[in-house]
Amino acid sequence: MEEGKKIKHTTGTRNKLAGLVLVIAILVGFPPLLSSYWVGLLTEMLIFATLAMSLDILVGYTGMPSLSHAGFFGVAAYTVAILSTRHQAGFWLCLLGGIAMGVFAGAVLGLFVSHVKSVYFLMITLALGMVLWGLSYRWIPMTGGDNGISGIPSLEAHTGLPLAGPLPFYYVTLFVFALCGSLMALFVSSPFGHTLKGIRESESRMSSLGVNTWLHRYLCYIVAGAFASVAGILWAYYNGFVSPSYLDLTASVELFFMVTLGGAGTLVGPALGAGIIVFLKNFISAYTDRWLLILGTVYILAIFFAPRGLWNRFLRKARNRERITSRP
Amino acid sequence: MVYLLSQTLNGLFSAALLFLIASGLTLVFGVMKIVNIAHGSYYMLGVYIALTVVRQTHSLLLGVIAAALVVAAIGWGMERLFLRRLAGQDLAQMMMTMGFALIFRDAALLIWGGDPFTLPYPAMFRGSIEFQDIVFPIYRLFVILLAACVAAFLRILNEKTLLGAKLRAAVDDPEMAGGVGINVALLSGLVFAAGAGLAAFGGVMGGPILGGYPGIDFDLLPLAFVVVIVGGMGSLPGAAAGSILVGLIDNFGKALVPELSYFTLFAPMVIVLAVKPTGLFGRG
Repeated sequence: MEEGKKIKHTTGTRNKLAGLVLVIAILVGFPPLLSSYWVGLLTEMLIFATLAMSLDILVGYTGMPSLSHAGFFGVAAYTVAILSTRHQAGFWLCLLGGIAMGVFAGAVLGLFVSHVKSVYFLMITLALGMVLWGLSYRWIPMTGGDNGISGIPSLEAHTGLPLAGPLPFYYVTLFVFALCGSLMALFVSSPFGHTLKGIRESESRMSSLGVNTWLHRYLCYIVAGAFASVAGILWAYYNGFVSPSYLDLTASVELFFMVTLGGAGTLVGPALGAGIIVFLKNFISAYTDRWLLILGTVYILAIFFAPRGLWNRFLRKARNRERITSRP
Repeated sequence: MVYLLSQTLNGLFSAALLFLIASGLTLVFGVMKIVNIAHGSYYMLGVYIALTVVRQTHSLLLGVIAAALVVAAIGWGMERLFLRRLAGQDLAQMMMTMGFALIFRDAALLIWGGDPFTLPYPAMFRGSIEFQDIVFPIYRLFVILLAACVAAFLRILNEKTLLGAKLRAAVDDPEMAGGVGINVALLSGLVFAAGAGLAAFGGVMGGPILGGYPGIDFDLLPLAFVVVIVGGMGSLPGAAAGSILVGLIDNFGKALVPELSYFTLFAPMVIVLAVKPTGLFGRG
């Protein structure tokens, strides 16, 4: 029995490592062979994968189903846009400013949502998300309203580094994605992260153990907001343009769908989900105008057939297979 | 003074429409704990269906009846065939209603096109009342009165009838309500259908003024959610009080500081949540 467990564990780790190496090899080695359209699409996937992973910290690990998460993304993107186009700020100021505003937004909004639970949390963050969208849409002197803000300098012009073209931007994004992904993986497997999981499972038990659950939820909300801001900054540079459409309810729910489609509470799953949704959106909208109809149908089907997410389904299958093969 | 009064009346008109949307939303939430993102879509579908009927028959009354019935049937089907299978899974249910919201929006665009329109005023409510310097359209007054009647009707239904007693029991504790022999499943379907129908009714009532356009579903949804949150989730008196509060604040906010109109909405919600997290009339 002991022996079997050990073997299973090592094969599991080896498989995981092999998978990771394979994914990294593909992400690093493959793009130079692709056309710039596909490189752009991959970049977009990675940006949204970062964003979806940051939401997973809230949804999957802490049990805070936030519908205002696209707001942080937007706040950071708008900060970069406003600083770079109106105040001629440099790259580092934009970077720090974007993250700082994201953290600030998290710290302010977090005060209002951190004590709220489950479905109520869903409703209140939905309203807050719409408020942020409303600000971006209606506060025209600041945000340019529906027209958004264009003219964000490209990354190479802004940093002075030789980063022209889609491929270098892709590698920057890949680096940021890998960095943020590793940091988030560290975060959720840290003692703090385990406490968050404890809160998800039973808040009353955690608080009777002496954990300040409110503070944990609050800090987690801010941390997730910070990672979302990083994605927002990348997005602002990638697009060269920000508009309210990335803050609206559809965007927040789409983001949420990336997390649940991939599998909440796994980090890998949401990144996968983000890739699938970004791909589908681009792919379907190239062929038909009716892609909302299709996306809506995909939502409903996915909830019926993979309620716990694709990655969890895959893991369970892999585990079952392992159990069968490791049986003596 | 004149300005203040006419703005107040405009605010009450918004409140009337909001109440028609939010009363269904709050009951659905109360009984089933479903955050129904498709609820704004019922409003939208209501206006569009009424448009078709009015074009054929030139009767707004027929339009109202058709819209309310058809949308109620859609709501009933959604609950019965889809949401019920996911009972107790808040997130999955929310995602599913979002899927429906997207489908409804795109289907409406496909069927009715993207041009904004308004429904015709009913002939008997054209014109306006003039009282000293205040000019106020009769139709708006009519809608305010109608919503007040609906509120009174719902209140009597809720407080004085057996159905209402069952409903209140189901809001308080669905499991216990089921345990004492109340058919909560039937009640859920009924509430869902009635809520959808009411939202469609609100859509048609607002039709001559707000009209219909692609995106009206998500324009109204956050307002309805703020109403439900401020009033207390699951509470009908809360929905009434919340509608009046939000209607007035939204209207004055839009008139006084148009850039920050969403923000003026948000402030009272935050204050209410800080003082009483369950909302004005919520129990928790």
